[in-house]
Amino acid sequence: MRRTAGPALLAPAFLVMAAALAAPLGALVLLSFWTQTGFEIDRTFTLANYWRIVEPGPPTWWNGIPFPFAYPVPAILLVKSLAMSLTATAAVILVAWPMAYFLAFRVRRGKAAWIILLTVPFWTSYLLRVFSWKIVLGYNGAVNSGLIALGVIGEPLDFLLYNPVAVMITLTHSWIAFAVLPIYVSLEKIDRSLLEAAADLGDSRWARLRRITLPLSMPGTVAATLLVFIPTVGDYVTPTLVGGTQGTMIGSLVQQLFTRQDNAPMGAAVSIVMMLVIAALVLVFLRAIGWRRMRARAGA
Amino acid sequence: MSPRRDALTWYAVAFVAFLYGPVLLMPLFSFNDSNFATFPLAGFTTRHYAGMAANISMMEALRNSLTVALGVSAAATALALPAALALTRHRIPGRALVTGFMMLPLVVPSIVLGVALLVILIRILGVQLSLWTVAAGHLVVALPFSLAVLMSRLEGFDPSLEEASGDLGAGGFGTFRRVTLPLALPGVISSLLLAFIISFDEFVISFFLTGTRNTLPVFLFSQLRFPNRLPGTLALGSLILFGSALLVILTEVIRRRGLPADRAGGL
Repeated sequence: MRRTAGPALLAPAFLVMAAALAAPLGALVLLSFWTQTGFEIDRTFTLANYWRIVEPGPPTWWNGIPFPFAYPVPAILLVKSLAMSLTATAAVILVAWPMAYFLAFRVRRGKAAWIILLTVPFWTSYLLRVFSWKIVLGYNGAVNSGLIALGVIGEPLDFLLYNPVAVMITLTHSWIAFAVLPIYVSLEKIDRSLLEAAADLGDSRWARLRRITLPLSMPGTVAATLLVFIPTVGDYVTPTLVGGTQGTMIGSLVQQLFTRQDNAPMGAAVSIVMMLVIAALVLVFLRAIGWRRMRARAGA
Repeated sequence: MSPRRDALTWYAVAFVAFLYGPVLLMPLFSFNDSNFATFPLAGFTTRHYAGMAANISMMEALRNSLTVALGVSAAATALALPAALALTRHRIPGRALVTGFMMLPLVVPSIVLGVALLVILIRILGVQLSLWTVAAGHLVVALPFSLAVLMSRLEGFDPSLEEASGDLGAGGFGTFRRVTLPLALPGVISSLLLAFIISFDEFVISFFLTGTRNTLPVFLFSQLRFPNRLPGTLALGSLILFGSALLVILTEVIRRRGLPADRAGGL
């Protein structure tokens, strides 16, 4: 085929993404080097917003950890968001892995139906799925009213909603189905004769799981980990609906800086620091587990 | 069946119950004859659905959402189909890099996409927020999915069919129209449906980029603050869930049609 045809076909989509994705992200970076002075934006280049995030100051204590910053809110919320997101991601992988295993090794017929069953919730309104936890855990919610109706408790429990745990449960619920698919694809690719060979050579069920299935599932498991971890750090809907004041995350801060606090340049700087920290963590993680070697071995 | 197999099957059932349980409370309580989402259930009613058609702002938000979603669905698919052809059938310099860039919205938190678009539109271009700005944001998040669906479809059938068409004298466009497009059609349809559903359900970006005219999720979010509107919200939410689920099932069924059985499970 003609050599120019490829780039010409790609160009429209590429240009749209350049205009609606790359340019806005570039503008965000630019804005983070400006400052908000009253109602005006001062367009002189400065690192002031970034300095403000790391500027030393008397330590503020959060959960026993000192944050020695003059303006500790971004640092605290970032650490908190990372911790909550990591916990939720770990829970997601632990819950999703056996399901993926079931799908790959147990389901013989109607595999597509199972996959559709797992896919449907992911594609239906995130907002509504998060809101449904408010109905489950709320003061006048399903759990409380159910337990009262059963006579287990007399008064509604008020610690169920509006805390970090509620956020983490909700995040886990929102992402488990999504995480099953990449793990499942990895498991499905495993050459079954490897398992038979191991069995013939005397490996037990658990030895086979530990020495063959688990290592060979890693590309999908790692992909699922990243696909859940990366977007959940900056989630806005879940902390807003079920987090309350204790459960706020860094996304809520970004939103506030852009709206109520009217400091968009600071909001831009916080967004960029958040993305850089996530990217750095992801790179360190991939490095630590030897991602390239792993992919080469699994033939993915 | 060995006992272990039973345990795993039970696990899968529990998994699905956990996945669907909370969400299904919404339709359950929406038919409950009470203004609270509480047990025990009071009795069956459809009264929470009755007032919906008369709710002008809800209907307007619905119309806005449908308009935006239809536009985004068509635009995303129209842009993604040639791009998918380019990335699967042609030599593209830096193919991996370009694909990575196009898939970037999958890993950028939507709040960042939302504020980034807000910055460039308001502070730099000085554009008024409207349904157009919402649609631009939705296009960015929908395009990678359309692209992924179409690329996987195009990779799923034998390119020698297209070569044969070329050998038999069909031109580039003739081959596209008579061979590639019919074979890619399920992918095209699922791309249309998927982009529609992404746009229709998208909240965070809309929340930042919406002007005076709301989309349905933004309207819904504004209703969540009022406890006395809970029943109506539940009814609306149930309808959205039901409609979305129907579209997703349709998308998945169409997407899998004609794929070899061993690929039918894949993404």
